[in-house]
Amino acid sequence: MSTSQTVTVRLARNRFLLDEEESHIEIDQEVCRSTGTGKRLVAVCPAGVYTEREDGTIDAEYAACLECGTCLAVAAPGALRWHYPRGGFGVAFREG
Amino acid sequence: MTSPEPDFDVIVVGGGPAGAVAAHQLATAGLSVVLIERGETPGSKNLSGGVLYGRVLDQVFPGFAQEAPVERRITRHVTTFLTPDSAVSLDYRGGPLADPVNAVTVLRAKLDPWLVERAEEAGAFVMPGVRVDELLREPGPHGRPQVVGVRAGDDELRARVVVAADGVNSFLARSIGLRPQPPEHHLAVGVKAVVRLPREAVEDRFGVSGDDGAAHAIVGDCTHGIGGGGFLYTNTDSLSVGVVLRLDDLLRSGRTAIEVFEDYLDHPGLAPYLRGGEIAEYGSHLVAEGGLAMVGDVHTDGLVVVGEAAGLTINSGLTVRGMDLAVGSALAAATGVAEAIAAGDVSRDGLAAYRRHLDESFVMADMRTYAKAPAFLERTGMYGAYGELAADLFRDVFSLDTTPRRHLAKVALGAFKRSPVTVRQLVSDGWAGVRAL
Ligand SMILES: Cc1cc2nc3c(=O)[nH]c(=O)nc-3n(C[C@H](O)[C@H](O)[C@H](O)COP(=O)(O)OP(=O)(O)OC[C@H]3O[C@@H](n4cnc5c(N)ncnc54)[C@H](O)[C@@H]3O)c2cc1C
Ligand code: SF4
Repeated sequence: MSTSQTVTVRLARNRFLLDEEESHIEIDQEVCRSTGTGKRLVAVCPAGVYTEREDGTIDAEYAACLECGTCLAVAAPGALRWHYPRGGFGVAFREG
Repeated sequence: MTSPEPDFDVIVVGGGPAGAVAAHQLATAGLSVVLIERGETPGSKNLSGGVLYGRVLDQVFPGFAQEAPVERRITRHVTTFLTPDSAVSLDYRGGPLADPVNAVTVLRAKLDPWLVERAEEAGAFVMPGVRVDELLREPGPHGRPQVVGVRAGDDELRARVVVAADGVNSFLARSIGLRPQPPEHHLAVGVKAVVRLPREAVEDRFGVSGDDGAAHAIVGDCTHGIGGGGFLYTNTDSLSVGVVLRLDDLLRSGRTAIEVFEDYLDHPGLAPYLRGGEIAEYGSHLVAEGGLAMVGDVHTDGLVVVGEAAGLTINSGLTVRGMDLAVGSALAAATGVAEAIAAGDVSRDGLAAYRRHLDESFVMADMRTYAKAPAFLERTGMYGAYGELAADLFRDVFSLDTTPRRHLAKVALGAFKRSPVTVRQLVSDGWAGVRAL
């Protein structure tokens, strides 16, 4: 077995305090499509939060987010609304 | 109309090294301080490679390396050039690295709570688990909008000065137009795992004992030629292992960050160190890579920006430094803010005292020294062909195949002739490197 494992296995080692009530990620599918942002999100996200369907729709599994902000840094203006989860929620590193 | 009285002299947003040290210094100076941190506990949102250059923190907390939760003191710095199937290392060990303590490895979920406790002990009021949503602004005495506090949910808190220590994304300073969103080539994403290993395995594999540790900087094939690099650092009973990938290059490469990270961890050059290790945690974080060009404005009316929120990191290609610069900027800010409050002028003119202290400190001196590093690192030679060149050279030296040994200079020349690196490129990179690093 390789050391790296899969991203799902790696994420399963982490502690997350899931905010069941609100997602901190919102995608504007129209802008995402017209600007090619979807593929960029998929490429950069280390947690595999974003996946692209065949028709180009982007899904976001916000519960796995590591809160780095990389997606926002590469998104075209208006394609993505991303902010930190509410206080106390989200990833909780025990090592860092 | 008179504004309501402030609740505190200073609000510090962010409980990383910058915020914790700023709060500690301001509280020690007798000011009333609140430190607001969005993480459930300080450090729970934070991640770094983990080599803390400790001299400046030692000035704030003398002997901290004995008291604080640090992992190991770095006594070996190894630089490894990887190619797809080989590794060439330069190993630097030396007494000067250990005494006085130059660098230690840290895990942020352990270090940051200790730093925040010191601030609390000095009298700062700490509010964890609270996300600041926005800066409050009102027309100031000079007719310009002045930061007068923060809003978190339905609560508003007012202060004479707000210290934005909110890290690389710097949302607070961006929200009022003080700092721009950085371009992609000024940011890199760090992807990291903490790999658990028995203490003895760490010591045997890295050739260290006791509390000593090693820091390996890895260049060459480790990122598939994407600007950035790899690191492999020893903790007490784990390793910090990861890559830093410049965003513009990552996007150009057509690869995903996940795939680059996995290829790195599974690289044969790393296998002997990681064998049998269990991933204990997986994380990611942005790094500011713009160097001096990214610093820009760090104060305005009622607000100062410190640490990585102010773009204060240095990536020399072999080391990422941010924690010590965060501490250094916090010291400058605490002095400047205390002076401005004492003088009764917290406008941008009064708070310019912070900028003056910052400019005079080692932080800006080092930022200026390394000012050319980002441009140098954008030359891809550092990440691909040079690793090949080094490997080729060492193969010639060490693969004894009965052909007569040649003088090293000739070997180097031979390896060089086979390499895609041109003399011109080598000379100009070498020169740029000497000046930049
Ligand atoms: C992969 C990687 C490797 C690195 N390696 C090293 C290294 O070896 N050595 C080194 O010195 N540096 C290294 N760095 C850089 C270093 O981690 C940072 O420069 C340093 O952490 C900056 O400290 P800071 O206090 O400015 O910000 P941070 O440590 O990021 O702290 C910011 C704090 O603000 C909080 N916050 C943010 N927004 C809000 C809000 N709205 N409300 C409330 N709280 C908020 C965050 O939760 C966080 O606690 C590395 C970075 C990365 C990503
Ligand atoms: S913040 Fe980082 S981990 Fe979260 S979705 Fe964006 S890129 Fe992925």
